[in-house]
Amino acid sequence: MSTATLPDDPQLRERFTELKPPLGPQAAVIEADRCLNCFDAPCTGACPTHIDVPGFIKRIASGNVRGSALRILDANILGASCSRVCPVDVLCEGACVMHRHNRQPIEIALLQRHAMDVFHASGEIPAVAPTTRNLRVACIGGGPASLACAAELQRQGAQATIIERRPLPGGLNTYGVAEYKLRAAESLREVEMIRRMGVAFRFGTSIDSASALRTLEAEFDYIFLGVGLGAMQRLGIPGEDIEGVMNALELISAYKTGHLRALHGTVVVVGAGNTAIDAANAARRLGAETVYLLYRRSEGDISAFDFEYEHAKHEGVQFLWRRQPLAVRSDAHGRLLLDTVQVRPVERTLLPIPDSQYTIACDLLVPAIGQSPFAQLVQELRDIEVRDGRVIAEPGTGRTGNPRYFAGGDCVNGGREVVDAVAGGKRAARAILKAAEAANE
Amino acid sequence: MSDLRATDIRVKGFAGGINSPNPFWLASAPPTNTGEMIMRAFDAGWGGAVWKTIGEPVTNVSSRYSSADWNGQRIMGFNNIELISDRGIEENLREMAEVKKRYPENAVIASLMVASNRETWHEIVARAEDAGADGLELNFGCPHGMSERGMGSAVGQVPEYAEMITAWVKEKARTPVLVKLTPNISDIRTVARAAKRGGADGLSAINTINSITGIDLDTFIPRPNVDGKSSHGGYCGPAVRPIALNMVQQILSDGESALPLSGIGGIATWRDATEFILLGCGTVQVCTAVMHYGYRIVEDLTEGLENWMRSKGFAAIEDFRGLSLGRVTEWKHLNLNYKIVARIDEQKCIGCDLCHIACWDGAHQCIHLDRVSGPVDGPVDLHSKPAVKEAESRASIAVTPVTRKERALDPAGHGPYPTPLARIPRVDETECVGCNLCSCVCPVDQCITMVEVDTGLAPETWDERTRGTARGPQPQP
Repeated sequence: MSTATLPDDPQLRERFTELKPPLGPQAAVIEADRCLNCFDAPCTGACPTHIDVPGFIKRIASGNVRGSALRILDANILGASCSRVCPVDVLCEGACVMHRHNRQPIEIALLQRHAMDVFHASGEIPAVAPTTRNLRVACIGGGPASLACAAELQRQGAQATIIERRPLPGGLNTYGVAEYKLRAAESLREVEMIRRMGVAFRFGTSIDSASALRTLEAEFDYIFLGVGLGAMQRLGIPGEDIEGVMNALELISAYKTGHLRALHGTVVVVGAGNTAIDAANAARRLGAETVYLLYRRSEGDISAFDFEYEHAKHEGVQFLWRRQPLAVRSDAHGRLLLDTVQVRPVERTLLPIPDSQYTIACDLLVPAIGQSPFAQLVQELRDIEVRDGRVIAEPGTGRTGNPRYFAGGDCVNGGREVVDAVAGGKRAARAILKAAEAANE
Repeated sequence: MSDLRATDIRVKGFAGGINSPNPFWLASAPPTNTGEMIMRAFDAGWGGAVWKTIGEPVTNVSSRYSSADWNGQRIMGFNNIELISDRGIEENLREMAEVKKRYPENAVIASLMVASNRETWHEIVARAEDAGADGLELNFGCPHGMSERGMGSAVGQVPEYAEMITAWVKEKARTPVLVKLTPNISDIRTVARAAKRGGADGLSAINTINSITGIDLDTFIPRPNVDGKSSHGGYCGPAVRPIALNMVQQILSDGESALPLSGIGGIATWRDATEFILLGCGTVQVCTAVMHYGYRIVEDLTEGLENWMRSKGFAAIEDFRGLSLGRVTEWKHLNLNYKIVARIDEQKCIGCDLCHIACWDGAHQCIHLDRVSGPVDGPVDLHSKPAVKEAESRASIAVTPVTRKERALDPAGHGPYPTPLARIPRVDETECVGCNLCSCVCPVDQCITMVEVDTGLAPETWDERTRGTARGPQPQP
């Protein structure tokens, strides 16, 4: 049982320098002083975990950085990773009243990171109640939803156990977020804090059969499903299983864990979501001279956030709009040949444009068209409603149709942000505590 | 209507004969320590300078200054434990003669502090005037160090001493004599009156205020730290301006105190200076702002004053000097039937809701967040309390808008204004007492204005209401 960190990789650090460098202590105070300290602040309302933003910011301003960090952790145990990966433009910073005042919102993410960095460097952990509740909960999946659920349970005196199939905890925080936003080591440091709060971890354990679930049910009072989504979706074109095709999440986890050190030549990423952009940027930074991002619809249709799209353009990613892959082949020299066609939207479908086919020669093809609904457990969850691959759970509590099962994160919401998963996990933990109290009465 | 005539900001015949090209003088302090410094200040545009107090040379300590910072801003207030000049009298006066020779148009005032006997004062007065001083300023204000030796505020806190020494100086002086007053006294007018009785030609006010600016929370040693100990110092800088303005008003509205006054206390901009002049000051003195930013700030002081005078149609300082003095009165003469209420400009409101919480927790519970739920006028119990509002927000479910469609939605539920209607507070004018608090906390200029409402009642002061009643004073004969 360990949340050991990955070895430091200077080459990786250099290639994936942080997008936003941290604030120094004085800069943090100056920025914190700028905050108006709004009442019932819109930034707090916009945060899925409802972090008391002015509360933590004004604690930085006063020099009470420990209090600031604890304020953040009260609402969001993954405050450190969220400060790095949250799309704050559409959340807290997007809601900042400064947009209507002098138009420069408060740097909430950087301030939160400052407080969390100081706290994590101190090695302290948030206060945890003694495990007196005699309540044991298994959290399946080691990602943000389970971590948040387990930490909240542990803080309230329950015993939580995280069950993760991979060798390292953290889920996409460790394996799936671009390294220039969140280093795997930072994710692991945060998980280490949660382990020290008393949460137990079991790694390399897959829950993929009815019997495995029954075993868990015998050992635990409640089970939280924080299993996330399944593998990335397949392109569904001939040849996509040949060597040289690697999906976006595989690519990201491979470079973050040191298994992929360099790329060269031409890389084609298919898809235009945030993960596609992370993969395309990573390909550039790993050495690919040319990176195309291929999307079957147009610029206005991409699901990536605006700032991600802008970032990719700065990284030198080239966008090919309204182009659809048809097949992958490899040539005599082992290069990939991707046959594509230009398409145009006609009503709700996309029609190929005659004589617009051409073939792109590339060295790596990276499908990034979204994750499939989670599959491993779905056939086993007979008492729990699953629709379109999503667990059906009450939004406010994570309660499923089975009173011993709660769920949160991507497997419920279909794939949102880390902060949404944390919020879901935290709400489920509180509902589990309430359910346990009711059961004891 | 703007006036295209040139504005004239010269000071003529202040306190019975001091002239300077503008009303901006450097106060007696580190920026006027040497002739070299004062000449650079005059080159920068300062109209006059009160020399760093001359007397028997002192030994200073290290360190000497400390600052009270606030909200990320350095030197909201400033504190010093430095004494008077640590340079010889002869050296200072030789340099003074040199300055006067080179800058005949600028006012050079000798600030003096010597032991309290008549001959010593006579001698220093004669020597300063021989050096060419345009006037003398008697330092009865220094609150630290010198007061322990029977000088400075030790004189300025005892009207009899102040009167006596002023009279000694006047026996000898040929140039105007200003007395610099300490604020470290329960009523500054007692010493102002004494100075006037002693024959002073003018006053300078205020000197610095006794202070401890702060304590190092690691060492527990107050600032400034002199080898593990500190001592109370003199407080100045922007923080003291309101205190200084009040004392200036007190002095100038009191017939027995009023003399030509050189206003001092936290002046950093032309606006600050103009306020002192509007209360009646003939010149102003500046120190802290120069110690912070250098002599160059005088450029904006003069330009700003001239531009303001032009915009108001004032040709000379005397055109507006003292205009606000009569606008300060005792509370009992204020009109009880004057009523204003707060109005929020919905187009300007940014939705910080600081006015709401300030009104609830600091005023009269009449600014509400009920534009969406429906306005309710009336007392506190009719409204949901701020904590309820906050709890509702914290219990709500917010999700990251990840798709374009979600991002296009407006979760805030907009109204016709830039800020969502739910976040624009509303003033219950039936309960508003017109206290100004909301307009003070609102970060947006002109967003909350206080608007007069007609009470239908004739003006009536407390004095008038209680006159002739058992509660109040009887009519004056």
